[in-house]
Parts: sequence; C-alpha cells; structure tokens
Amino acid sequence: MSDALLTLEGVHTHIGAYHILHGVGLQVPRGELTLLLGRNGAGKTTTLRTIMGLWQASAGTIRLGGRDITGLSTPDIAASGIAYVPENMGVFSDLTVAENMLLAARGARTQAQMDPQRLHWIFELFPAIEKFWNHPAGKLSGGQKQMLAVSRAIVEPRELLIVDEPSKGLAPAIINNMIAAFEQLKHSGVTILLVEQNVAFAQRLGRNVAVMDQGQIVYAGTMDELAADPDRQQALLGLAL
Amino acid sequence: MNQDLDYAPLLLVPVLALLALPLVGTGSTWLTLTAAGLAMGMIIFIIASGLTLVFGLMDVLNFGHGVFIALGAFVATSVLGAMGDYTASSSLWRNMLAVLPAMLAAMAAAAAAGIVFERLIVRPVYGQHLKQILTTMGGMIIGEELIKVIWGPQQIPLPLPAGMRGAWFIGDAVITRYRVVAMVVGLVVFLALAWVLSRTKIGLLIRAGVQNREMVESLGYRIRRLFVGVFVAGCALAGLGGVMWGLYEQNVIPQMGGEVLILIFIVIIIGGLGSTTGALIGALLVGLVANYVGYLAPKAALFSNIALMAIVLLWRPWGLYRITNR
Repeated sequence: MSDALLTLEGVHTHIGAYHILHGVGLQVPRGELTLLLGRNGAGKTTTLRTIMGLWQASAGTIRLGGRDITGLSTPDIAASGIAYVPENMGVFSDLTVAENMLLAARGARTQAQMDPQRLHWIFELFPAIEKFWNHPAGKLSGGQKQMLAVSRAIVEPRELLIVDEPSKGLAPAIINNMIAAFEQLKHSGVTILLVEQNVAFAQRLGRNVAVMDQGQIVYAGTMDELAADPDRQQALLGLAL
Repeated sequence: MNQDLDYAPLLLVPVLALLALPLVGTGSTWLTLTAAGLAMGMIIFIIASGLTLVFGLMDVLNFGHGVFIALGAFVATSVLGAMGDYTASSSLWRNMLAVLPAMLAAMAAAAAAGIVFERLIVRPVYGQHLKQILTTMGGMIIGEELIKVIWGPQQIPLPLPAGMRGAWFIGDAVITRYRVVAMVVGLVVFLALAWVLSRTKIGLLIRAGVQNREMVESLGYRIRRLFVGVFVAGCALAGLGGVMWGLYEQNVIPQMGGEVLILIFIVIIIGGLGSTTGALIGALLVGLVANYVGYLAPKAALFSNIALMAIVLLWRPWGLYRITNR
C-alpha cells in the first residue's frame, strides 16, 4: 500500500448530547480510491463531515499529507486541498451551472479566467455540464446535479476528493456514467474517499475498503478480501456481496 | 439576476396600481398617490435591502437595524446644517453638492457603527434567534440613547434643500420634486445591488451563501467575513435610507428607526427572506398600499400593510421569491 494522504486516528465526534464517532481510525492511500461502507447510521457521513470540519472532532487527530487539520475551520480545510461532495450534492439551485462552477474555481473571478483545459476535461467526463452550462442548476435532473457536484469538486486541482453516496437515487445508466468518471479521476491521480451504500457500485470501483459500524472502523482491507468472505460481509454489512 | 426569474410577482405593482385607479376616481389624484407610493416604496427598499441579505445570508434577525436609519438621518442634519449656502440655493445641482456629502457621511457613520454592532451584539448570538431578537433590540435602545447624548432628545428639523421643494404638475396631478429624487436614488441603489449580485464574484458568493452557507464554506470561502461585509453594507444602506426618510418627513427623532422598522420587516417578509428583487416589489407594494388606503380609508391605513402581508403569504407562504435550499 502506498503512503497515506489522509489519516484519522482515534477520532471521536459528539453532536449535541449524542456520541456518534467512537475513535475512528482510517488511512486513505495517496492516488487511490478508498471506499467507506457501512449500514445506515454507522457514522459514514459524520466521518466525512468531521474531516471537513463541519462537525468538530471532540478527540483524535486528522492529518492531510502529514499536516494536522483537526480543529481547522471548514474553509481552511477546503483550502488545504480537499474537495467535498455532500450527500445532498450541495448544488446552488438558483445559480446557473456556469455560476456553480465559477464559485468552485476560487482562482477565477470570471468565467473567462477558468482553466479551459480543465473545463474541456470535465466536459469530456460529463457532457451534460457543457450542454446545460447556462441553465439554472435547479432545473437539472438528479443525475445531472450529481455530475455538476462532482464537476465542481474537480474544477480546480485538489489533493483529495471526498464524495458522499454519489449513486444515491440515480438511474442505472447514470450510475454507469459515474463509475466511468470515477475510474478516469482515479487514473488522473486524484485521491478519492467515497462513501457508498450501493454495494454493486462500490464493488466496481473499489480496491481499498473500510467498513464502519456503530461509529467505528470495523474492517479495513481490500474489496477482494471482503468479497471472498461471505460471513464477514453478512456480519459487517448485513448482506452478501 | 436570475435567468429563470418568476415574473408573476413583478406584475403585482402595476396590477395594484390599476386596481386602485377606479377606487381613487380621478386620474390626477391617482397619479399623485402613485408617485408618492413609489417614492415611499423606494426609500423603504433602500433600508430593507441590507436587512433581507443579512437575514438570508446568516439567518440573523436584526431588530436593531432601525438605529442605523436614525444615525444616518441625524448625521445628515449635522452635514446639511453646516452647508446652508448649498441647501438654500434654488439650484438642484448645488443642493446635490450638499445632499451627496450628507449621504456619504451618513453611510460611513452607519457602516462604522455597524462594524461595532456586529462585533459586540450580533456575533455572540449567531444561530440563536431568541437571543438575537433580545440583544439587537437592546442594541437599538442603547444606540438611540447615544444619539440623544450627541444630538439631544428633541425632534430636529431636516428641511428639504430649496431646489428639492415644490412640485411639478402633470395636468392636475402634483408630483413633488423630492419624490422624484427619492425614486431616482432608490433605482440607482437597486441597479447597483443587482449589478453587484449578478455580475461580480462577491455577488455570486452572497447569492450562493443565501442558499447554502455550509456548501460555500466547503468550497473554501470564509462566509463569516462575507457576512460582516454584507452586514456593514446593509447598515450603510440603512444610513442612506435614514437620510432619505428624514428628508421625506422633514424632521428626525431618535426613535424614527424603530417606527420604520415594522414596515421594513413587512417588506422583507412579503419579498421572501433573502431576496432583493422580492424586497423591491414588497417595498413598492407597501408604499402604494399605504398611500392609496391613507387616501381612501385613513382609519384602515395602519392595518393595510399587515393585510397586504397576510394576502401575499396566503398566495406564497414563503414570500414572493422563495430562496431555495433552505
């Protein structure tokens, strides 16, 4: 396994009176795609939100490329090189697709200042983004919104892309598009941490897998190992892969 | 601003004006009342535009906004009082040489006070609505008392400069000059706001922040810094609105902000919290209704704007323009 870009050590998170994460330990290897699996309520989304500083860790450390980012504000964490696609996609419905993209391109003040090569690459990954460039994002379909959310996350080079359930609510054809896009992103060298409940989607993408249960990482290994052990699948995920 | 703008609310203003025409009876009276209503609406919009963005962006209920209105008006009494040569002139241009510095001074004073107000009163109570209401109302009371310390507790006259007095006549209709000035200033403010919001990156951030603050932060922007900027700009606009309102009433009192504030809240609720276009339409509706009802049924004037708000909310429970994602 290559060196870890993102490391979580003993991370605890409290939300109000609730203790959600109980000492999460996780390593995300640089340049690879890591899947975070688990049942509903296992703590996957909380883990991502804690990494982004949207909920503060009450204990433990989070490191990005060796730098301690625990306790930093969300804008500082984003500026350190993490792009985040939340479960609800976070698309600004009243803005156009172009305006959504411009917002994410922090170095550009106008559309003309956005990196044309990178835009071209995004248009190849997701042709719908170019097609609906001047349309209000709120008018896009669910799949197109997800494409916009991912496009926005990669409009500038980032070290780490974290995505929460990209296949949620998408039609099978769109899911295939997303898989192809993530494969391309992976080959471009972007490190990806992806939360997923759609096991078929996860299996087609993942090599490195971590499984969460009750706010802890209960398994970390490879997808092949997990796929070869039905008892473990049943115990950890409540289903067979 | 929005490429997919909902046009139905835009028709409300002309529809209301046309509905009022047969009720008022004579065309000249109707034109006089309509011009007065539009002018009043534009002044209210200037004050309300900042407050609606503050609420939309940071979910802050600022019941102390009125103090910046009063501060602006009182600063204007000092500046215009010191420029008697210019205000006494019958030339509108020489009048503007006094009114413009008064506006700028009022905006600067209100902005400076806004920085202090945000730091001391608003910042400690982010996310706590009840405390926001209590502390910002308390802040307004303190602000009013400070105004009394500086300018005294009494009413101070703020006469219109000589060139802005009088009226133009269109047939039998009377269009007072100052109302035209107020409409022009309001229009300039709206166009400037529309330009900033639709054509600049800061405007894009504000519009995005109104919809989903958390996502804006996740993209790497410090929304709190943006909020302070919007809050201060909103205070400056309230200061400008205070000058316009003071000149409209031709006198100022320390409590004037609190008196106007109820209209401002009606306007931003009608418009949809966080929407500047909605605030403009809401302000024009409030101005027109106040003038038409004040003429047709003076006893119902106080009730009329509450009724207007109720009718709009029955039609659109989130106001004329709903800010999505919230």
